[in-house]
Amino acid sequence: MLGFLQQPVMVTAEVNLNMVALTAVGLLSRLWQLAYPRAVVFDEVYYGQYISFYMKRIFFLDGSGPPFGHMLLALGGYLGGFDGNFLWNRIGAEYSSNVPVWSLRLLPALSGALSVPMAYEIVWELGFSHCAATGAALLLLIENALITQSRLMLLESVLIFFNLLAVLSYLKFCNSQKHRPFSPRWWFWLVLTGVACSCAVGIKYVGVFTYLLVLGVAAVHAWHVIGDQTLSNVRVLCHLLARAAALVVLPVLVYLLFFYIHLLLLCRSGPHDQIMSSAFQASLEGGLARVTQGQPLEVAFGSQVTLKNVFGQPVPCWLHSHQSTYPMIYENGRGSSHQQQVTCYPFKDVNNWWIVKDPGRHQLVVNNPPRPVRHGDVVQLVHGMTTRLLNTHDVAAPLSPHAQEVSCYIDYNISMPPQNLWRLDIVNRESDTDVWKTILSEVRFVHVNTSAILKLSGVPLPDWGFRQLEVVGEKLFRGYHESTVWNVEEHRYGRSQEQKERELELHSPTQVDISRNLSFMARFSELQWRMLTVRSDDSEHKYSSTPLDWVMLDTNIAYWLHPRTSAQIHLLGNVVIWASASLATLVYALLFIWYLLRRRRRVCDLPEDRWLRWVLAGALCAGGWAVNYLPFFLMEKTLFLYHYLPALTFQILLLPVVLEHISDHLCRKQYREISL
Amino acid sequence: MCGTTVCRVLSHVLLDNSLGDGLADTILVCFMEMRKEVQRGWDETHFGKMGSYYINRTFFFDVHPPLGKMLIGLAGYLSGYDGTFLFQKPGDNYEHHSYMGMRGFCAFLGSMLIPLAYLTVLELSRSLSAALLTAALLTFDTGCLTLSQYILLDPILMFFIMAAMLSMVKYNSCANRPFSAPWWFWLSLTGVNLAGALGVKFVGLFIILQVGWNTLSDLWHLFGDLSLSMVTLGKHLTARILCLIVLPLALYIATYAVHFMVLNKSGPGDGFFSSAFQARLSGNNLHNASIPEHLAYGSVITVKNLRMAIGYLHSHRHFYPEGVGARQQQVTTYLHKDYNNLWIIKKHNSNSDPLDPSLPVEFVRHGDIIRLEHKETSRNLHSHYHEAPLTRKHYQVTGYGINGSGDSNDFWRIEVINRKFGNRIKVLRSRIRLIHLITGCVLGSSGKVLPKWGWEQMEVTCTPYLKETLSSIWNVEDHINPKLPNISLEVLQPSFPEIMLESHMVMIRGNNGLKPKDNEFTSKPWHWPINFQGLRFSGANDTDFRVYLLGNPVVWWLNLLSIALYVLSASVFAVAVQRGAHLPVEVEGLSQVLLRGGGQLLFGWMMHYFPFFLMGRVLYFHHYFPAMLFSSMLTGLLWDTLLRLCAWSLASYPLARCVHVLGILSLLLGTAYSFYLFHPLAYGMVGPLAQDPRSPMAGLRWLESWDF
Repeated sequence: MLGFLQQPVMVTAEVNLNMVALTAVGLLSRLWQLAYPRAVVFDEVYYGQYISFYMKRIFFLDGSGPPFGHMLLALGGYLGGFDGNFLWNRIGAEYSSNVPVWSLRLLPALSGALSVPMAYEIVWELGFSHCAATGAALLLLIENALITQSRLMLLESVLIFFNLLAVLSYLKFCNSQKHRPFSPRWWFWLVLTGVACSCAVGIKYVGVFTYLLVLGVAAVHAWHVIGDQTLSNVRVLCHLLARAAALVVLPVLVYLLFFYIHLLLLCRSGPHDQIMSSAFQASLEGGLARVTQGQPLEVAFGSQVTLKNVFGQPVPCWLHSHQSTYPMIYENGRGSSHQQQVTCYPFKDVNNWWIVKDPGRHQLVVNNPPRPVRHGDVVQLVHGMTTRLLNTHDVAAPLSPHAQEVSCYIDYNISMPPQNLWRLDIVNRESDTDVWKTILSEVRFVHVNTSAILKLSGVPLPDWGFRQLEVVGEKLFRGYHESTVWNVEEHRYGRSQEQKERELELHSPTQVDISRNLSFMARFSELQWRMLTVRSDDSEHKYSSTPLDWVMLDTNIAYWLHPRTSAQIHLLGNVVIWASASLATLVYALLFIWYLLRRRRRVCDLPEDRWLRWVLAGALCAGGWAVNYLPFFLMEKTLFLYHYLPALTFQILLLPVVLEHISDHLCRKQYREISL
Repeated sequence: MCGTTVCRVLSHVLLDNSLGDGLADTILVCFMEMRKEVQRGWDETHFGKMGSYYINRTFFFDVHPPLGKMLIGLAGYLSGYDGTFLFQKPGDNYEHHSYMGMRGFCAFLGSMLIPLAYLTVLELSRSLSAALLTAALLTFDTGCLTLSQYILLDPILMFFIMAAMLSMVKYNSCANRPFSAPWWFWLSLTGVNLAGALGVKFVGLFIILQVGWNTLSDLWHLFGDLSLSMVTLGKHLTARILCLIVLPLALYIATYAVHFMVLNKSGPGDGFFSSAFQARLSGNNLHNASIPEHLAYGSVITVKNLRMAIGYLHSHRHFYPEGVGARQQQVTTYLHKDYNNLWIIKKHNSNSDPLDPSLPVEFVRHGDIIRLEHKETSRNLHSHYHEAPLTRKHYQVTGYGINGSGDSNDFWRIEVINRKFGNRIKVLRSRIRLIHLITGCVLGSSGKVLPKWGWEQMEVTCTPYLKETLSSIWNVEDHINPKLPNISLEVLQPSFPEIMLESHMVMIRGNNGLKPKDNEFTSKPWHWPINFQGLRFSGANDTDFRVYLLGNPVVWWLNLLSIALYVLSASVFAVAVQRGAHLPVEVEGLSQVLLRGGGQLLFGWMMHYFPFFLMGRVLYFHHYFPAMLFSSMLTGLLWDTLLRLCAWSLASYPLARCVHVLGILSLLLGTAYSFYLFHPLAYGMVGPLAQDPRSPMAGLRWLESWDF
């Protein structure tokens, strides 16, 4: 019990001075003069704006990647006391004094520096010598592209850090599997693998390739565990469950956590609100929430509403009409009904207001008590400013001739009767008697006479339509598509001048706090979906390159240029390292195929353990290069040299491995043969 | 009592192989008789028209390789179709035109799918009931039926895919008798069918990959067999290279040779191809033309962009409107031949007329600095630091100056791609770039359509990004210079490999160009296996005769379920084997069928389905049908195996032997009944739409998204 008193308390410390030295040089190379240049360098202009949004807690939407990377950079800003007041508009602009340049660049630089000792550890854990491990670390240390990328407020170095961490912790886990499974150390490295993977995915979507690689290797190892007949069935099951929990479930949870924190931090409405659904916008402070606060929840006959299209492509817009009519004859000679135009307008406007009318009555006000509109009810939509009724008929729409024209009906006393009855179809209803709710209900308007559906075609009209977007009645396709779905955004119960008294009485609406109604999962899935589908318009850049240029080092990027002194920063790889690393990959592939074929003919050049070590090194390093490089050939977005850096890091790790293998096996054998 | 009788009858049917085959075929013939629809449906406008083009020998362009359309054309030709029907819009009547040959051909190939699937499954599982079940699933699928009723490429494609699969499976089972006659037969037949599949649509690549993978694993297996000498292995390798690479490639190239030989008249496809290519086509103005070969100063030329469907460099007497860059004359690209496409090459520093007979001819060389004068308006091609009208990052290109005298912004350096300095520039063949001397930008077309002020022609810009893209590469097409000797364009005609390469480039670009527009309802790959939504073949309103392409939901959902069930049961077996469990002999055999045969079918399904998720082009429901064939074969094999397993595990009970037979029988009858319910989709329906309760199909609209 008190045994520890009888023995002296011993602390045995083993310090690998190689590691310490590598860390020190790594830090030195990455942190030296970190705040220089005090100007916006290349993509800092891009990430900077999001950091400012975080500092001001304003909501934004960035399609380039998940929020964890941006959050890490913002953490640097937070620690440095950045207030977010800087106009990120131009590369090369001098930073004002309130921008803590050093702390903003600190985290990427630290992760760049720590990648150096990690490279050492990885090669060592793969079972190669200290010499090879030191070589790998030194190569990573002196690769100038990596240095450039780490010293700026950019995300690649952080991504590389987590990629390496995932591989390293998986290797550590693997090696402790042989000795003591289910020990704390085993669990630690297993969990760390999962966390590192989800961090890598959380920084950039391309992190998913490394994750898949680790998963693949883990699956092969798990298959071997299944085949190990010395283990009992229960133990095998435990092994599998532990892996599934740590490598599949945990990363998903951590990924969700990033979004949870992201949405917790960004609680104020901002410039990207419009892309999101009304319900999402209403969950942010300010913006739409201020407008919709206190508006009645249930839409009733006589309600005044604005109708927003749910799809919102190419731009978010509201159903709109105005005094102008469709031109009698279009440019291509087709005729129109010459009735009042109905369009979709991307700005808030008094002409976006519509009144929901009961076809059976004449009044445009809400009864007391209000008669809510339900799924399946037939309604008329009256345009607020012109009091004309929304109508569609068998006339081809101006720009989408396969669909019907939608207009506000003008009675010209010709044989064209009004067809203005619409059946309300609530898409996300829970029962068939659901009430039409503000913001929450997604509705379709199905035309009663022709069963056409009110749809945003998204084509901008010519000058006669003031470049607003075309709205049509779709009669061919009756399936679900977001462009046929609308929701009420602003809403008030209708009141007319002579009914002032009743109006006051009516205006005691059912209060709803919609932000509470939207769960985290709903907000997450909407945000994630919009992030994946939002499009960047710009497809051409002066420094963009193709994946083939990267291997050849046929491209560079001028990051920064001092306007007076012409001091410059360029992203350019070290030719010697790039060429030799590519060569090493080629040599590895050739040797691997050679050994594999010879083993198949039962000629074993390598002993079994050496062979396994050689395969694992190839799977992680050459495989890491391949999964981080080859998918870019299929991508259609604008690519830059820095996209290659994660792949390059893995390729560099392979170089000392191949060199050691050649010196150990091929050269020595030759020497032996000669001496014999 | 009754149950056992049924069992006996069925087992009789099952045992009688020839009857099984015969059954499938009889059903088919019945279907063939029913194909008597006179209206044209959907894509028939497309492929039928191409059949006519072959008969009329006019050149056209399509994103698919030519074999399928050639076969359609051939079928039409043999059955007496004269190629005169116009195929303008879906729903037109064929009237007196003989279309049954083309339809019958597609329908025949479509119905051959069933025996092919039957034989494949029979070979993989060695079980008649599995094969019969597969045949029934495909026979009773309304989707396959609809698709093979019309003049489409899909039945031809699916035929070749299935035939390749069958021959591959057959040659796999000949593996114990290598180099025997059947072995050679099936191996080379695989190659022939691969060429056929790739020659119809590029989707045929997937079956090539599958056969390739199968061959690799086969070779790997042989390589591990130490009893075989390296010489034998070399023979194996050579045989496969010959039959699976050389033979298909030769056939594939041969189809193109025939294609280009047959289509020798100018037609609607000319504009998609380069000027040199057009010179081959009789009726084209470049055909048999003779023009000077090398560009010289004073030549009058037209300049064509190399990117598809951009057109000729063009200018006209209209200025850019107020607010769009400098108010100078517009320069655009224009697709049609016009006087305003003519430009004169002049020296940058002298305005003397180079056509003066006293001056010697001076050729334009790579790297020269030139001026391009618009012939009609005598203004120079000009660029400056103003932003282009639509592409804001590029510079504006205008026509500037009076009677050829402008300023130094009119100077362009002419460069030939991949040439050394000082080389002359060839008409048609040289790919040139025009680099603006002062700003260093490159003349190109953005491909964007200008608004009305630009007559909806396409924008021309000067791009500061110097990358070599096709939109900034041009070639000289027409060339007039009285001082130079004309040569016949025959000399310039591209060789056959060049034609092949060009037509492939154009096809690939065409395929990539089929991008879905916003707000358009497009079919997504995840819709397909769940039969989420069909495709309207003809007719939309209640008075029309409507045909709707939709898989038989019973068959398709059974397929979907079977895939999940297969993955589950296969992994159970695989884990059991890996754990070293000892299976009884019968189960061992069944698990081999499940893992090997089923694995191949599952792989085929994946190969024909998952790549669509990566495609950026517009996708349609019918793209899933090749995958659906594999999935149906898997279903047949899986249920047969599972029922046999069931019967084996219940062996101690008296009725156990009937479990298998009853199971198969109920599946057969179930699919047959569902076909009876859904057959109006394929054979056409008239009357109210299914959403109307009065319609006979009203109860069958099981999903909201089916709009028949």
